[in-house]
Amino acid sequence: MSRADLLLPLADDELLLGWRNSEWTGIAPFLEEDVAFSSIAQNEIGHARALYQLVADELGGTADELAFDRSPGEYRCAPLVQLRLPDWADTIARHYLYEVADTIRIESLKGSADAAIAGLAAKIDREEAYHRMHAEMWLERLLATEDSRARLRAALATIWPSALGLLDGELRDRFRERTRDLELDAGTVAVERGEQTGELEELWEEMTMVRRSAPAGAAW
Amino acid sequence: MVTAERVWEALAEIPDPEIPVISLVDLGVIRKVAVDRGRVRVEFTPTFLGCPALETMRDAMAARIAALGADPEIDVVLDDSWSTDRITPQGREKLRQAGLAPPAPRGTGPPKLLQLQSKAFRCPYCGSHETKLENIFGPTPCRSLRYCASCRQPFEQFKTI
Repeated sequence: MSRADLLLPLADDELLLGWRNSEWTGIAPFLEEDVAFSSIAQNEIGHARALYQLVADELGGTADELAFDRSPGEYRCAPLVQLRLPDWADTIARHYLYEVADTIRIESLKGSADAAIAGLAAKIDREEAYHRMHAEMWLERLLATEDSRARLRAALATIWPSALGLLDGELRDRFRERTRDLELDAGTVAVERGEQTGELEELWEEMTMVRRSAPAGAAW
Repeated sequence: MVTAERVWEALAEIPDPEIPVISLVDLGVIRKVAVDRGRVRVEFTPTFLGCPALETMRDAMAARIAALGADPEIDVVLDDSWSTDRITPQGREKLRQAGLAPPAPRGTGPPKLLQLQSKAFRCPYCGSHETKLENIFGPTPCRSLRYCASCRQPFEQFKTI
């Protein structure tokens, strides 16, 4: 498999989720979460940048061109990361399920025969350890009271079909396995990559606005 | 004639853009310096991939090397070779003096939430172990926030990576 086929879906997921997570900056339920979600967003976008760089090393061009110069239809991100989720329970449900899926995906890339991919995956994994802890902490917190547990359960059920679309084949089986404790519907049909949510276009407009409006040769 | 030693000395004068008490050499982000006549190649590993100081560090290194009269080439290495274990003993002491608790050594597995929630971390101001986790995340990707119950000071803890 080419680097582009292997890494672009992952890089696009990280970039888009980074943008979605950054939408909590300033309006999260409390200040500590403004800081946490901003930091997680920054890390995800950093991972996207490094992954785009590996793809650009193979295809030519730059990481920025891959991140911002494609049309919305050319992105390979899963529908899960495209969703605008203004509800905190939905956001935590996505955060938790994404981290579980991402762990499985990164574990698999750490075994890649391409040393550059394996090396980068190992580095990403170390940073993700902190995201996982954060997600686990929130899951525990929201499962602790009746009201929050009911809201989280409902959110997990809503998010689950799109979350399944993050992985396919054997990795998806592993994902079902590792989320068994959450008692999610085993018969759920995944919302697959390539199925656009309609929310990508709007995000793309915002995400690429500066780059599209900057004069040629602008440096930052 | 530029030597590798001169380059290391010059790089040791560049402060970390976000934690200026410590230099890039103390931080352990410079993996290799190779001098070939007038060309200097530096292998540089970012701390965190999303660190916004990456470009600033790279440009600062290139400028210092150019000032030595050599032609700089800075290679950013995107693998797992940087760890907080690479921060030098002097670097750790400088961090502590600046009120930033140095990172715990890297363990065999990834860090666990229970560990962060334990009292294993020392307050950089009073040395007490009566500290608790306030936030896994802090003002930059590499720090978390803790609170010391002994001297009643919040402080920043360098994350282990």
